[in-house]
Amino acid sequence: MSAFASDYLWPFAIMVAQSLLLLIILLIVVAYVLWADRKIWAAVQIRRGPNVVGPWGLFQSFADLLKFVLKEPVIPAGANKGVFLLAPFVTCVLALAAWAVIPVNAGWTIANINVGILYIFAISSLGVYGVIMAGWASNSKYPFLAALRSAAQMVSYEVSIGFVIITVLLCVGSLNLTAIVEAQNSKWGMFGWYWLPLFPMFVIFFVSALAETNRPPFDLVEAESELVAGYMVEYGSTPYMMLMLGEYVAICTMCAMSAILFLGGWLPPFPVVPFTWVPGIIWFVLKAGFVFFMFAMVKAFVPRYRYDQLMRLGWKVFLPISLAMVAIVAGVLQITGWAPQ
Amino acid sequence: MLLHAIFFYLFAGVTVASAVMVIAARNPVHSVLFLILAFVNAAGLFVLMGAEFLAWILIIVYVGAVALLFLSVVMMLDVDFTALRRGVLSYLPVGVLIGAVLLVELLIIVGAWVVGPDVAKAITAPIPPPAQVSNTQALGLVLYTNYIYFFQTAGIILLVAMIGAIVLTLHHKPNVRRQIIAHQVARSKATAIEIVKVKSGQGLP
Repeated sequence: MSAFASDYLWPFAIMVAQSLLLLIILLIVVAYVLWADRKIWAAVQIRRGPNVVGPWGLFQSFADLLKFVLKEPVIPAGANKGVFLLAPFVTCVLALAAWAVIPVNAGWTIANINVGILYIFAISSLGVYGVIMAGWASNSKYPFLAALRSAAQMVSYEVSIGFVIITVLLCVGSLNLTAIVEAQNSKWGMFGWYWLPLFPMFVIFFVSALAETNRPPFDLVEAESELVAGYMVEYGSTPYMMLMLGEYVAICTMCAMSAILFLGGWLPPFPVVPFTWVPGIIWFVLKAGFVFFMFAMVKAFVPRYRYDQLMRLGWKVFLPISLAMVAIVAGVLQITGWAPQ
Repeated sequence: MLLHAIFFYLFAGVTVASAVMVIAARNPVHSVLFLILAFVNAAGLFVLMGAEFLAWILIIVYVGAVALLFLSVVMMLDVDFTALRRGVLSYLPVGVLIGAVLLVELLIIVGAWVVGPDVAKAITAPIPPPAQVSNTQALGLVLYTNYIYFFQTAGIILLVAMIGAIVLTLHHKPNVRRQIIAHQVARSKATAIEIVKVKSGQGLP
């Protein structure tokens, strides 16, 4: 019995405790990411943004949470009930599941698996099912159009994200996320991170991440001027909140991925004394926060793309460039002998 | 080992159950969703066997792309379910035949593996023990050396299929105004605008 406890129960308890801790912190962070998104957007448009609930509107997200939870969920009579209610869970659970492998500091990860980056890529490619299921199950025209759009859009941009990840992997020689950050650790500090040598890929990853998470200017899935709110039209109260939550957690995941792949994860920008004293998690949060700030700024000042322009950008611009970069990076690594052994 | 067995039966059970539901579900969209569930559980079985790379590739390729195409096609179908059910009995003999062939083939493969476990080792490339190299590395070492011709052939077949799909579906309609980005970008101040000084009270000639 004691062997059973030490082999199974104790590791299981630790894992559950770690996961719960991560989830709680993540959800609080997402609440403030939502608030920051609205504040930045408001600041660009010279408005105040949320400023009533708490000092500077800091508790706005929690007030919204209470409002959504206390409302009555309405399920349309023509909806496919099971799939309609399953869709928000799929969105939410998949988005949160991605965080199981993300290292926020050296060794601070719940599951340090060998193929971490493949896991993230697979989970983010499954995110489209939440949108499609919600759109189809609503049994309504606008959500259905949104579901069709999202299927095409997210598949298109996954292709270029895949190639960007492959170029980074060529430089690292491992699929492990911790190894990817460690590979960027050099004496040049922030100039040794991959954003500088792979700058075109950083830009492509950033724009594809916007498209993958349905952020403006690629939010054709929920374009309010054409589709009202896209796949979320028929949703209200808690299911709507879960769709929204899943969307913002996916955005946080993409910010964290940018920080890990291109901005050196938890590494300090200069490997000298005052910077190395700061704990790695603070650097990680700062970097992911910086990427999110750029996400929010893009939302504030880039107008929405037309659908054919979106497809053109994905297939005729990003795909050839990223494909060429895979060949170029592989060739350079082979010729110079920098390829990891 | 106990945990391993529990998870094996969980994944295997859900895979079989959802595979049954794929053909039993009344709504075709539900069928595709059950197919996706079967794929995900099959990936879980791969992880249990230590083939983590294959597991995630299965999810990325089959669930993330192939099943998505199925789903978006099936979603747009306007099918009459009762008419679809009516022909089931006439297709039954063909279905049973295909099922029987598959079963016999599986029995032969598993039987050969039970009778001569060394045969597989003799005809396939030697793989380094899993403790030394990661999954991904082991696959790459075999795929890009011993099986490079097969790998390239598979690539060419996919390329031909891709070109075929493009040729079949790409129709360039004449008399359609298209946006040509290069022309728009190439416009300069000289070709885009004309500045005219208009004298007050005279207007343009």
